[in-house]
Amino acid sequence: MAYSEKVMDHFAHPRNVGELADANGVGEVGNSRCGDIMKMFIKVKDNVIEDVSFKTFGCGAAVATSSMATEMIKGKTLDEALKLTNKAVMEALDGLPPVKVHCSVLAEQAIKAAISDYYTRIGIDPLPIVGEIGDCEACHVH
Amino acid sequence: MDRFVYADNAATTRVSDSVVQAMLPFFTEHYGNPSSLYHIGQEAHAAVDEAREKVAKALGAAEQEIFFTSGGSEADNWAIKGVARKLGAQGKKHIITTKFEHHAVLHTVQALEKEGFEVTYLDVYHNGVVHPEDVAAAIRPDTCLVTIMYANNEIGTIQPVPQIGRICKDKGVLFHTDAVQAVGQVEIDVKDQCIDLLSLSGHKLHGPKGIGALYCRRGLRLPNLIEGGAQESGRRAGTENVPSIVGLGVAIEEACRDIPGRTREIKKLRDALIEEVLKIPRSRLNGDREQRLCGNANFCFEGIEGESLLLLLDFNGVAGSSGSACTSGSLDPSHVLLAIGLPHEIAHGSLRLSLGDYNTMEDVRHIAEVLPPIVQRLRDMSPLWDEIIKAEKESN
Repeated sequence: MAYSEKVMDHFAHPRNVGELADANGVGEVGNSRCGDIMKMFIKVKDNVIEDVSFKTFGCGAAVATSSMATEMIKGKTLDEALKLTNKAVMEALDGLPPVKVHCSVLAEQAIKAAISDYYTRIGIDPLPIVGEIGDCEACHVH
Repeated sequence: MDRFVYADNAATTRVSDSVVQAMLPFFTEHYGNPSSLYHIGQEAHAAVDEAREKVAKALGAAEQEIFFTSGGSEADNWAIKGVARKLGAQGKKHIITTKFEHHAVLHTVQALEKEGFEVTYLDVYHNGVVHPEDVAAAIRPDTCLVTIMYANNEIGTIQPVPQIGRICKDKGVLFHTDAVQAVGQVEIDVKDQCIDLLSLSGHKLHGPKGIGALYCRRGLRLPNLIEGGAQESGRRAGTENVPSIVGLGVAIEEACRDIPGRTREIKKLRDALIEEVLKIPRSRLNGDREQRLCGNANFCFEGIEGESLLLLLDFNGVAGSSGSACTSGSLDPSHVLLAIGLPHEIAHGSLRLSLGDYNTMEDVRHIAEVLPPIVQRLRDMSPLWDEIIKAEKESN
C-alpha cells in the first residue's frame, strides 16, 4: 500500500484543520470503533460556504481526504457542495489504496452532515435536500 | 532527515555483517547442490550440516531434530497440520491455543476448524500472559496439540513455556511453540522445557529472510508438508537454500552466545524508552511490564490513530509499527490488543517500538524528543481527543 504524493502532502500539511468558531453547520461521521471520525465545520452565508474546517481522528488517508474535501467545497454554493462525490475527492488526491476508499466516503458524508445541520439550524428539513446520510458501507464488513 | 532510528526489530532485523560475509561464498564459490557428489556440492552439504549443528546447539536439541524451512510460517504450518493429520486420524481432533497467536498459527488452526477440528482459544488476560492452569484445565482425552507462542510478536509478553511444557508432558499431549520472537532473547532448552515442536525464523535475529527451522523431537514423525526430493532426511523437499541456511546458523550462534549480556543492554534502552514515553498524558504500556522481551515496548495513546502516528514518526526518522486497523489491512485493530481487553478506539492508537542490538541511547533520546509533539499534533486535530478532554473535565 502506498499513498500518492498528493495524499502525503495533504496529510503532512492539512488544509483548513481545526475548529471554526463561528460555524453555523457542524457534521460528524464515522466512529471510533472503526478508527475514523471526521468532523466538518462550515460557515454558510447567502447559500455559499464561506469558510470550512475539519477535525479528524483517523489514518493518513482520512486526514488527507478531509483536507482535500474542505478545499473542494470552500466558496461553493450548498448545492454544489452536495454534488461532491467521494470519487471526485479520490481523483483529486490522485487515487487511494483500495482499503482506504471508505475514508473518501466519510469525507463526502461529513460534508452532507454539516450541511444537514445548517439546514436544521435555520428551520429547514434537510432530508428532501440532502437525503439520508448512510453509514459507510465499509463499516458493515464486520 | 538527520537521524534514522530503526525501532521495528520485531518486524525484521538488519542482517549482521558477519552473517552476510558467511553467506557470500555460497552464492559464487560453493554454489553446488548439497545433494551432488562433486566437491562444491559436498562443501555446500557440509555447510548445511554445520548450520544445523548451530541451530541444534542453540535450542539444546540434536542435529537430527532440526529441519530447515522457508521461515517461521512454514514451520508453524508443518507442525500444526502435521500433528492434526497424524493424530486426527486417531480421533484426536481438539487443539488448544491462545487468542493472540501469530496469524501463521491462528489461521492454520482456523483452517483445521473447517475440517472438523475443535479449537480452544485460551484467554491471555490483561497482561498478555497465559495461565498454565488454564492449559491444564483445557486438555481433554481427544486433545492432539497445545500450540502456544513463546513470546508475543506485538506486545512482547513471554509465556510460561516451561510450565506449559511440563503440563503437556505429564498429560501426554504434544506441545508446539512458535518461538520466532523468543529465540536469541530467552534461554531455550527444548529438553528441559519439554517442547516437542518449535518454530523459528532467521530474519528476527539478524539472519536473512526466507529461512527458518522446525525443531521436531526425535521419535515424533510428522507427515510431510512439502513433498518431493529427499532433502532434510526426506521430510522437507526442495533444494536447500544454502546461503540462507548458513546465514541462519551464524545468526543464531551469535544471538544465543550471550543472551543475558545482550538482553541486559537492550533492556536498558527499552526501559529508558518506556519511562520517557509514559510521560505523555493518557498513554499506556501494553503487556506485562516485567515478563516481556528485552526490546519490546508497545504503547497506546488515547485519541489518536496508529497509522497517522507511524507516518509522522517516519517523517521524523523513526520506523515503528502499529496494531491499528489501518495498518492491519482490515477494519479491526490488532487481535492481540483486543485479546488483552483493550477497547477498539484505544487499540487503534497503538505503537510498537522494538529495539535491538543496533540501537543506542541516542536513538531512545531521539524518539523521546520527536514523539510527544507528534502525539500532541494528532490530538489537536482529533475530535475523539476533544471528547476525552470534555469527559475528563465533566468528571472533575
